[in-house]
Amino acid sequence: MNSMLKDPGILREIIMDHYQYPRNKELTEDKGYKKVHMASDSCIDNIYVQGKVEDGIIKDLRFDGIGCTISTASTSILSEMLKGKTVEEAKHIMQEYSRMISGEPFDEDLLEEAVAFQNVYRQPNRVHCATIGLHGIERILKGENDDE
Amino acid sequence: MGTVDLSVYRKDFPMLDGKTMNGHPLVYFDNAATTLKPRKVIDTVLKYYEEETTNVERGDSALSALVSAKYENVRKIIAKFIGCDPEEVVYTSGATGALNLLAEGYGMKFLSEGNVILTTEEEHASNLLPWFRVCERTGAKMRYIPLTEEGRVTEENVRSSMDEHVKIVTLAGVSNVLGYEAPLKGIADIAHEYGAVFAVDGAQAVPHFELNMKEMGIDFLSFSSHKMCGPSGAGVLYGRKELLEKMDPANLGGGSNARFDRYGKIILREVPDKFEAGTQPIEGILGMGAAAEYLMEIGMDKIHAYEKELRDYLVKRMEELPNVKVYNPDAETGIVTFNVEGVFPQDAGSYLSSRGIALRSGQHCAKILPDFLKVPGTVRASLYFYNTKEECDTLIEALKTCTVENAVDIFI
Repeated sequence: MNSMLKDPGILREIIMDHYQYPRNKELTEDKGYKKVHMASDSCIDNIYVQGKVEDGIIKDLRFDGIGCTISTASTSILSEMLKGKTVEEAKHIMQEYSRMISGEPFDEDLLEEAVAFQNVYRQPNRVHCATIGLHGIERILKGENDDE
Repeated sequence: MGTVDLSVYRKDFPMLDGKTMNGHPLVYFDNAATTLKPRKVIDTVLKYYEEETTNVERGDSALSALVSAKYENVRKIIAKFIGCDPEEVVYTSGATGALNLLAEGYGMKFLSEGNVILTTEEEHASNLLPWFRVCERTGAKMRYIPLTEEGRVTEENVRSSMDEHVKIVTLAGVSNVLGYEAPLKGIADIAHEYGAVFAVDGAQAVPHFELNMKEMGIDFLSFSSHKMCGPSGAGVLYGRKELLEKMDPANLGGGSNARFDRYGKIILREVPDKFEAGTQPIEGILGMGAAAEYLMEIGMDKIHAYEKELRDYLVKRMEELPNVKVYNPDAETGIVTFNVEGVFPQDAGSYLSSRGIALRSGQHCAKILPDFLKVPGTVRASLYFYNTKEECDTLIEALKTCTVENAVDIFI
């Protein structure tokens, strides 16, 4: 792994940056998107995730709603990382991400900036914050659509 | 501190004897969620497990007779605690169980189309969802009493919401989000003027000040043992006897019937036994009795006065902080609801936890209230008589450093 990604200051910067300036945090009315509603029953997080998949490739991922630092930053990072990937590649990355959030060994190189969440497992009651966007994207890749 | 000093009671609580969280002495400010248990309650529960295990009210053994007497005696303790008759005390699994029993046994039976259930938008889910279902099944409608700008229920607003269609007025004695005390006696009088019954969700009220059912004219009261220093899994529905007699039980089974035959004819036992089918949480009920005795020994007036003084101190110190906004500075009880500027409530909650302070962030089960407060959620510190000014100071110091950066740092 890039040694910079072991620096706590840099990891904090990554989370702060994606929380304060989240990427892809705007829904679209364009056609061809699937949209799922993700609301945590144990906290305030309440987001919509939108995605467009064509020919097995994730063309776009977006989200919007209310979320804490971890849910907002993790959904932002995942949306950036998975956009343009094939569904198969994305599933592999998401699997590694899940392993990291569970505190299991994971492929650091594959997760890029998302390694900023490598210690979330130490705060068990916040794990759901780091996975709300992930679960939303999983639902999109399964073809679910709450608008239908 | 101040006029009332209850710090002597801290020694009764094992959880306050040197316990740490995240390397800091535990500051327990989540009493609206559940309270700590004093030694007297713990010993009562343990004694049942170690020396008194038996079922109650259906055994031939001397042991069963002994424990049954203790179990029934808890009704007398609770009756003294809330100013009612022992047979008006129905054991339930907690406030939620009590409210569901009330909705099921009274609401479903006596409400019909055209009737109105009058309540507020700051209720806990447990005092709304069971009534939503009553409406769905009976055709009755919910109506919400307007709150003042501060978030209070006033007699005036109750009166202006009343008409002959209102059959039940049901609201929290103390809001679990804003901590305001509702003017219960006045509301009871207004409800009765219109022929409605008055039900109080006492989960946040009963543990904190004296309530007297007969003097206040309350028809139903629900509360949980675990929010008043007792075990979880136990609680009470108080009901005026003639109302309980008319009501149906929500559960049927052993212990609730006197006899039945093969043709389905059931003769139920008298009030309150007809509501208590199946074995109740015996140790929980014994522990609840011990908890009520413990609180009465301290004195509910003292508890109330001490909490008020402590919360006023905390609010005053919070208001000195430029980054903290308190939503209920004038509330009468130990609930202090606030946000830290620029920090999402759950991030603030986790940061404070990293400093040893247990409290709660979110919507506090009152999911329609955020519309009123115009924020997605809040942080809630809820105090009890065993908390201290020094613990308030610890929270203040932690709030001074509660920034987004520090809240993120706990994950790094």
